[in-house]
Amino acid sequence: MARVEKTNKLGLVKDDYQARPTTLCPGCGHNSISNQIVQSAFDLNIAQHQLLKMSGIGCSSKSPAYFLGRSHGFNALHGRMPSVVTGALMANHTLKAIAVSGDGDTGSIGMGQFKHVIRRNVPFVYIIENNGVYGLTKGQFSATAEEGLELKHYGRNEMPPIDLVLEAIISGATFVARSFSGDKKQVQALLEAAIAHKGTAILDIISPCVTFNNADTSHHSFPYGVKHEVPLHEIQIIAPDFVAPQDEIEVETYEDGQTIEVSMHDGTSVLLKKLDKDYDPRSKAQAYAVLEEAQREELFLTGLIYYEEPRPTLPELEQVADTPLALINDRPSKDKLDDIMKSFK
Amino acid sequence: MAVNLPLEQESATDSKPIVNDFAFSVATQNGSGSQTSNAVLVRSLFNMGIPVNGKNLFPSNIKGLPTWYTIRASKDGYVARRFTTEIVVAYNQDTVTEDIKNTPPGGVVIYRDDLKTPPERDDITYYPVPVRKLMKEANVARAFKARVENMTYVGVCAQLFDMDMDVVYQSLLDQFGGKEKPAQMNMDVIRLAYDWAAENLIKSDPFRFETMNGTAGKILITGNEAAALGSVFGGVHFVAWYPITPSTSVVDDIHKYRHLRKDDDGNYTLAIVQAEDELAAAGMIIGAGFGGARSMTATSGPGLSLMSEFVGLAYFAEIPCVFWDITRMGPSTGMPTRTSQGDLLFIHYLGHGDSHHIVLLPASPEEAFEFAWRSLDIAEEMQTPVFVMSDLDLGMNNWMADPFEYPSEPLKRGKVLDAESLTKFIKNHGKWGRYMDVDNDGVGYRTLPGTDHPNAAYFARGTGHNEMAVYSERSEDWLANMNRLRLKMETAKQHLPQNIEDYDANKSIGLISFGTNEPAMVEARDWLKNNGIESNYLRVRALPLSKDVFDFINKHKTIYVIENNFDGQLDQIIHMECKDNLTHVKSLTLGDGLPMTARWIVESIEEQETK
Repeated sequence: MARVEKTNKLGLVKDDYQARPTTLCPGCGHNSISNQIVQSAFDLNIAQHQLLKMSGIGCSSKSPAYFLGRSHGFNALHGRMPSVVTGALMANHTLKAIAVSGDGDTGSIGMGQFKHVIRRNVPFVYIIENNGVYGLTKGQFSATAEEGLELKHYGRNEMPPIDLVLEAIISGATFVARSFSGDKKQVQALLEAAIAHKGTAILDIISPCVTFNNADTSHHSFPYGVKHEVPLHEIQIIAPDFVAPQDEIEVETYEDGQTIEVSMHDGTSVLLKKLDKDYDPRSKAQAYAVLEEAQREELFLTGLIYYEEPRPTLPELEQVADTPLALINDRPSKDKLDDIMKSFK
Repeated sequence: MAVNLPLEQESATDSKPIVNDFAFSVATQNGSGSQTSNAVLVRSLFNMGIPVNGKNLFPSNIKGLPTWYTIRASKDGYVARRFTTEIVVAYNQDTVTEDIKNTPPGGVVIYRDDLKTPPERDDITYYPVPVRKLMKEANVARAFKARVENMTYVGVCAQLFDMDMDVVYQSLLDQFGGKEKPAQMNMDVIRLAYDWAAENLIKSDPFRFETMNGTAGKILITGNEAAALGSVFGGVHFVAWYPITPSTSVVDDIHKYRHLRKDDDGNYTLAIVQAEDELAAAGMIIGAGFGGARSMTATSGPGLSLMSEFVGLAYFAEIPCVFWDITRMGPSTGMPTRTSQGDLLFIHYLGHGDSHHIVLLPASPEEAFEFAWRSLDIAEEMQTPVFVMSDLDLGMNNWMADPFEYPSEPLKRGKVLDAESLTKFIKNHGKWGRYMDVDNDGVGYRTLPGTDHPNAAYFARGTGHNEMAVYSERSEDWLANMNRLRLKMETAKQHLPQNIEDYDANKSIGLISFGTNEPAMVEARDWLKNNGIESNYLRVRALPLSKDVFDFINKHKTIYVIENNFDGQLDQIIHMECKDNLTHVKSLTLGDGLPMTARWIVESIEEQETK
């Protein structure tokens, strides 16, 4: 029997959201994330021409070539993706953007741009494919590698790791999540929520490097993630489905704290169902506390770590025209110039 | 070396009046408010119809260090910095000894009478000014006294050199944007000093001003403000920047005129983002250029050092964007508040690997304005970074200029395919690839993000790619790209400002220069002619060099390349790009941190010619 491929509301099949075949190592966590991006875009009926895919430099940053082939993409410089996204979205604020970075790209060379793009609240999904190691240059420690990690050619890491989720919250991010590339369901749920978010959405996804950092004991390895991941909650996304964009966001608590519902600006609802922990991601104090606990107890906590109603975005602060700047031809009149010239005489 | 100086008196010892042809040097402390008093002097002379320049020679400091301001009045319209300044206003204890020592014989020293001065010279005229006494009498609130005491030298100069006091007041009003209260407060001090000088000083020097008609229809403006206006009228959409002297006022002035760029809803068609550093500023304008916006930044040498990796990316991914380099003295932090033409070689070839860039070289506010709007057109037409190299002298000093001409052509957006034209393109050519060269001019067709067409997307990248913008490490693809980029640079030459040439086949000496050396070149050529040395002149207005430069070189027995950097960078570029015999090309370089003078050019050429 011939298999009938499922189409989405745009009449596209999932294959239409694919791009070139990956050149990353077989089993790389990044490939799994690329697949989730494809799945989410298909499920959300995203028109690919309305989305940008951006990246820096590194294994992770190669991956935008492997998803959403009908979206414009820009593989920028090491650690400098945030500034390029900023400019691209200022040129056309009606676009959405998904950007992929790595722990070297963001946690070391790009730490400044990471923090400043958050501070400006440039509205895009910022994914860090975090594996604790430099892949393309063959296995150096990254700044997120845990203390005590031992790698083949570089010995033991004696320095404490940088927690990018913590850094994001401190910098003023309004949507900050941590996940595990092996937890496909959670990655996809968080991705969909992040896409609906009107601000910089940070997704720190532990994404194992199967070639250089995949020992059972390594905190960024696949076996470690499978064994130790502790989701803070179960996440369910309810797509907006023709719901008109809302002016105000509503955040409510239901069922005596069992479920928290976060309604996004585009009508998407994020349902967070309580698991073992009593955790409310709308509390910055709880976020700091849980991250501190995770560090101290070496817990691999995942989920929506922090959420708040977003501040105005950069294009809003700049009061840019509704029409994308790129499409505007605006030269003030000759009279205006002549008036100005008179004032200099 | 003894030089005949018909256009720049070494001494003014005879008693014949010298009218509208002398220069001032005003020595004060940085941050003491002298900027206002000097601006009033310049504007007053300008308003009296006397061609004038004013150049601020200031330290990298907010308050306290010595600063000098030179003002030159020239009935003949020469506006280059003058080497000699006959009138010295010495208001700074730290430099008074040196300032008096540097006063030429026959010159004048106007000084605060509370300064400790060296033993008097008998070949100059002294006018002590009792600043403290005058300020005691002045009806000025204590809080403002320190800030207006420099107005005392304006009053004394006005009296000694016959400046029109109504014009001085009008200039004060101009300076304070029409606000009468501060203008009046300052005018009271000027008047007090003027009256005191009339009663107490005996005029014993030959210098005076006379109203003339040499500035009618002209404006006074800084190059940075001209650049800002040119960009706003050039339809720039996006500016990202990081503050750095001497470029900062380019973006300050874009802010000032941003109100001209509102749409019918009251929203802006021009956004300005202050970045966290120059790397981010470059990244933002490249992102914006990729997104289809006309984008620019303004910076100086140290900023461009940081931006160089991004510039390489923009060059290779072929992203339009404009970089203003308001040059200052390097290497390194160098002399941040001194002028230089030292970035020419650096920006022309900026980036690792094989790259070279378009550089426009304005010499005046008019050209700063014109090159500002043209650079945005050229960037989009050529799909590449375009540099405009101004300098501190043009950028931060007030220059006389003609009112700017409204852009003569509509905005040019280059080869951009929308969904409809993309369909046609594919129909005509079978397919579309971002870097396909169907016009054989090296310039491909681009699409903008947001284009609703299943084939519109491409992946911009700094990595090796083929004409379809797909990653490639194949040597053939690489070389095809480099050859196309070379062709594109050749095409670009037709879009650049043409060089300006003054040529007469009877002359065997040719001078080549660029940028803000222009006024000194004009004056030096007159001066040389008076001394019996006739010359032709070519002013380079853009890189890459076009063929006319090499033709000019080949038509002369001797060529002097005159520039305000230490290494002779234009000369080096000529030697790299021109394959002809260049043994007759000689490099004359200054690069001392100060604007070029005619005297230095004349002395340098005469030295060569009398060898």
